[in-house]
Amino acid sequence: MTPVKLYPPKPEKVYFFGTCLVDLFYPEAGLDAIRLLEREGIEVLFPEDQTCCGQPAYTSGYQQEARAVAAAQLGLFPEPWPIVVPSGSCGGMMRTHYPQLFAGTDLEEQANEVAGRIHELTEFLVHVCHLKLEDRGEPEKVAMHTSCSARREMGLAETGPALLAQLGQVEVVEQARAAECCGFGGTFAVRHPEVSAAMVEDKTTAIAEAGAQRFVTSDCGCMMNIGGRFEQQKKPVKGEHIASYLWRRTS
Amino acid sequence: MSVQTFTPREFHRQAHDALGNPQIRANFRKAMDGLMNKRRDSFGDWDLETLRELGANIRLRALAKLPDLLEQLEANCEANGIKVHWAEDGEQACRIIREICQSHDARSVIKGKSMVSEEMHLNAHLEEAGIEALESDLGEYLVQLNEQTPSHIIMPAIHLNTDEISDIMHDKTGTERTRDVDYMTAAARQQLRERFMAADVGVSGVNFAVAETGTLCLVENEGNGRMTTTVPPVHVAVTGIEKVVEHLRDVPPLYALLTRSATGQHVTTYFNMISSPRKEGEHDGPSEVHLVLVDSGRSRIYQDDELLDTLRCIRCGACMNHCPVYTRVGGHTYGTTYPGPIGSILSPHLMGLEDTKDLPTASSLCGACGEVCPVKIPIPDLLVRLRRESVGEGRGNVAGAGVKRTRKEAAAWKGFQWMATHPSAWRAGTAVAGKLRALTPSKLGAWTDYRTAPKPAGTTLHALVKRHQANKTREEER
Repeated sequence: MTPVKLYPPKPEKVYFFGTCLVDLFYPEAGLDAIRLLEREGIEVLFPEDQTCCGQPAYTSGYQQEARAVAAAQLGLFPEPWPIVVPSGSCGGMMRTHYPQLFAGTDLEEQANEVAGRIHELTEFLVHVCHLKLEDRGEPEKVAMHTSCSARREMGLAETGPALLAQLGQVEVVEQARAAECCGFGGTFAVRHPEVSAAMVEDKTTAIAEAGAQRFVTSDCGCMMNIGGRFEQQKKPVKGEHIASYLWRRTS
Repeated sequence: MSVQTFTPREFHRQAHDALGNPQIRANFRKAMDGLMNKRRDSFGDWDLETLRELGANIRLRALAKLPDLLEQLEANCEANGIKVHWAEDGEQACRIIREICQSHDARSVIKGKSMVSEEMHLNAHLEEAGIEALESDLGEYLVQLNEQTPSHIIMPAIHLNTDEISDIMHDKTGTERTRDVDYMTAAARQQLRERFMAADVGVSGVNFAVAETGTLCLVENEGNGRMTTTVPPVHVAVTGIEKVVEHLRDVPPLYALLTRSATGQHVTTYFNMISSPRKEGEHDGPSEVHLVLVDSGRSRIYQDDELLDTLRCIRCGACMNHCPVYTRVGGHTYGTTYPGPIGSILSPHLMGLEDTKDLPTASSLCGACGEVCPVKIPIPDLLVRLRRESVGEGRGNVAGAGVKRTRKEAAAWKGFQWMATHPSAWRAGTAVAGKLRALTPSKLGAWTDYRTAPKPAGTTLHALVKRHQANKTREEER
């Protein structure tokens, strides 16, 4: 059972774990997330030695490799500040799977301690920062895509939409089967490309049919998948990480 | 319609075929959407989490005491006059049932729905011995007429639409071609009625076997279960050893969860509790009742404290109804008796990983299955566990462990590990990838058949943060 999470008061500092997809493909999203946090008066610590949470190896069954990669991250957060992750997928890995991964090892205690401080970005902005936003953008219809990890593993179906709801000029459209997976699933998209393609096809259709000009997500895997499908079809719907979207419209 | 055979070894090809079949796609999408809505509506404002917790605990308690409960079940069934048989595997179970049939000179067996009997290929076994086995569940009947296997554990013929069913009924039984569902149902009912009266033995499954009372519970909607278990002179119930529950009072919560999760029904039309053969002075019921308890790999699952959770399953099918993969490829694609998420965590134990190695990967780990499971089986975690077993990094106690490990892939993950545990190499590597972004291939295997290739950004987050921090320091100094 998911325990009720007690949120800390807004801290003076946070650690930021950028994730490998953001690092390599969407660094602006990471920087925008940092800017949002700094605007709330929080000092953002970015441990330079961070790489990847280890999830790709973990979900592929390569447990030893995943554990080694995860272990290399555990020591990066020595002070008791919250750790903010701009992804439900990596956040879910660190919060729910790190304890399992290190159970019975010397690092168990440290893994549990780190896992307990993991917050997904939108969760942190809503429940810890109590973020208030003033929309300065043009009127726009957007679809919110909440990743399966954010929605189900971390129980955060509401935080992304709650942030978008604060944007006065933005209309969040209702998509058919919004809670259904987009078909990314990490290595799933590579191992079962045709099934994955059928899923992303339905997702892009639902977003386009809902009349969205843009889709917003807090997970770069989904963005790469859904956005890549739209782009290949030469459809004008663009994806944007929620951190960039919020920063762009409110700064 | 030609007869097709499916095997889990051919998951990819079968998925390709199913995805390219608009009829299959439409039939499953429509059916699964309907089932998801019905389930949601049927739980209404119930405190579903509390009920699921209760369901999970009942199953966990039963499994914790499984060896004792099975003995208690046997003793109480025997005391009630039900003969209990133990079968180590499907073959032995088939043999036991065949011998029961032969001891009564049975020529004809009528069957209620039983997935365990599908698992052990009972019909084929009986037919080989010259005993006809006829399915009486409407969906199973259609599937049998069409020489197929079930595509769903609750709704065996869910892959067929009305027109296809009309064609099958017309071709095989001579009914009129029609879209009139009532006509077809009435025709099937008439055909089956005659067979019930003539059957020598009835074979059924079991939903819950109650240890404390020696009662076999059978959940069904069509009355065929009641007919199967009361009309022929002999009734044989067959079930996996995990279906036992401790108390009679454990049944109502599980029943409430089962029917709502499966079909969105508050109750089924029939709920049968079989506790003995016909007693003196009773007007109907079989003169003999047998219970065949089948292991078939289950006690091996039981030995592993993590895999054990697989055995909690009450076979509601909600995981497949909510699975975005199952919805798109349908049940036959899996090539196993149990398709969908539960099948992907159960079949490797029943058939070995060698044949089923593609099943644990046939999931995006979206978690929908685990979210709806009425007994809270952590299906995504078990899928990952089986992926570990497949590549030889599990505990090694699943048949065929390590079958998926290739030197190339193992080396690739070792390479990933090295990069991700050497931060300066990581930074250098990602920075170079950004610099060389123009050289990124626009074709990336199957990914780019359907999507554009992702291109590394020109600058990494590591570099952006460094610049950002330098700017801030400069501003502060000013």
